[in-house]
Amino acid sequence: MKTGTRAVSQGAAVVVFVAALAVFPLVFTNATVTTFGIDALIFVTVVSAWNFFSGYSGYLSLGHAVFYGTGGYFLVIAARDWNFAGSGVFWLLPLAGLVAAIIAVPVGLVALRVRRHTFVVMTIAFFFIAQLAATNLGVTGGSSGLLPPIPNWAPGTFNNPFYYAALVMGVLAVAASWLIRRSRFGLQLRAIRDDEDRAAGLGVRTMPVKLTALVLSAFFTGMAGGLWVYFIGDAVPQFVFDPLFDLAVVLMAFFGGLGTIAGPVLGALILEPAQQWFALEEANSYGSEILFGLLFLVIILFLPRGVLPTGEEYLTAGRAWLTRRRSGTQSVPAPANVSTQAEGSSR
Amino acid sequence: MTATLRVEGISKAFGGVHALTECTLTARSGEITGLIGPNGSGKTTLFNIATGYERPDSGRVFLGDREITGASPQRVFGYGVGRTFQLTRIFPRLTVLENMLVPAQHGAGKNGAAGNGGRGRAHRHLRERALELLAFTGIAGHAEALAGTLSYGQRKLLELSYVLIAEPQVVLLDEPAGGVNPSLVNHLAERISELNKQGRTFLVVEHNMEFVMSLCHQVTVLDYGTVIATGSPAQVRDDQRVLDAYLGSGTGDG
Repeated sequence: MKTGTRAVSQGAAVVVFVAALAVFPLVFTNATVTTFGIDALIFVTVVSAWNFFSGYSGYLSLGHAVFYGTGGYFLVIAARDWNFAGSGVFWLLPLAGLVAAIIAVPVGLVALRVRRHTFVVMTIAFFFIAQLAATNLGVTGGSSGLLPPIPNWAPGTFNNPFYYAALVMGVLAVAASWLIRRSRFGLQLRAIRDDEDRAAGLGVRTMPVKLTALVLSAFFTGMAGGLWVYFIGDAVPQFVFDPLFDLAVVLMAFFGGLGTIAGPVLGALILEPAQQWFALEEANSYGSEILFGLLFLVIILFLPRGVLPTGEEYLTAGRAWLTRRRSGTQSVPAPANVSTQAEGSSR
Repeated sequence: MTATLRVEGISKAFGGVHALTECTLTARSGEITGLIGPNGSGKTTLFNIATGYERPDSGRVFLGDREITGASPQRVFGYGVGRTFQLTRIFPRLTVLENMLVPAQHGAGKNGAAGNGGRGRAHRHLRERALELLAFTGIAGHAEALAGTLSYGQRKLLELSYVLIAEPQVVLLDEPAGGVNPSLVNHLAERISELNKQGRTFLVVEHNMEFVMSLCHQVTVLDYGTVIATGSPAQVRDDQRVLDAYLGSGTGDG
């Protein structure tokens, strides 16, 4: 069958892509480049996880930094108290995810009662609660923060363990996104996005479905936060709970394609290194953030549903236009007309 | 097995407006019951109360022997009452086939909502049934299209199809023929009639008199929130109060 061969070729492409990512730090050994790689893969994890909650369900969270920071602080505190060091710290990552997932339960039970703008505002409120708590509580070291253990790895390949941990996490998060997209659970999430009340009226248990998605999403986000804090070697409230983190995640998802599987990967792999590079180039560190803000505007205006879906539309419209030109009838291509068609297709 | 849906003495007021006063209505098992009345007479409110979308101020709703008054829409659906909406509600960004897979399956147990990954034999069986039903309603050719691309009439067919997939005992249709072209109206009437012959119970709100009179076994007429007549289509057609309230002098011409 045609869909069968397509699945095989897609699978092959994924394997080649992951293999390329796996050899990347062996080819590009420069520490700056591998640092970009680690950051990008951490964002692949977070944006994929954010997307299989927010992108699928339509509940846009601007508070995922809560889970990211929780995972980060947990990792530092657990490594210190339980005497983990070196690559042993990586074993704490699933636990960091678990703690973030547990935090997500009360957050979800409160915030998921409301919808749309109100939900967004709620998630922002939770974010500030978390940041204020981290700044003021003793357990997080207050505003001066905490230091994770520093691994004594060889300087030449110091980044590699972080890189591979990030790669494993990224692959797992994308796999989770893919599995959810194909499952009945994912279908219910997307039904909730389209018409939550109708879905409930058809027997879908909307609250458990939404909450499960949020908790799973928080799990991956918490793991990513743990790894990030271990990598940068510092946990201070304003960076561990960073509002720009939330904006970056949303921007990457919108850029690549909200609700798609490949979109978040694309968004993270392009925008995170781009932002890092701008930050390096610009003497004034705010330059990159201003550029990011402008990019956000451009994307929302011209690619509201992301590079992948909108790109596909333009392709479809372009082909239709070419066909019409060949057959002699002139008319202007209208991407808006096909917009609804490309939207739900899975990638 | 299908059950009788009964609403007894339902009253409902919105602010000071009495939408329904002491309404009693029975959709008998295995029959098609029509619910008619002028605009604003309370038909949709009665539907909403019967399916859990609104709570009555007083009165009770029964499905067979089970009282379902005030149950959530989710529960009511679980008990076996499916409904469509006057303004069709489909999931526009899901494909037609995906729309069919959203409703919880009564056979799959109470936890049909989450889990089980959607794989395996049960899932394949469900897909087959979905395609069968789409073929039955006549939109199987659009199975892979996004539901948002369907025409208005096709959306009505899709909504009916996905309500049916959960095997509800009673199906409530809110203006199934409203805004639909005449040939599609006939198509719908045939499908409903055929499903009814298989034993499905229907309660239909409709303005199209020909549709109601030819299809329904029993008709209940609402006017200003009260039931003014109940009986066979012929009885209702000849009832003086109904003529006065609703049909006017030009009866019978549809």
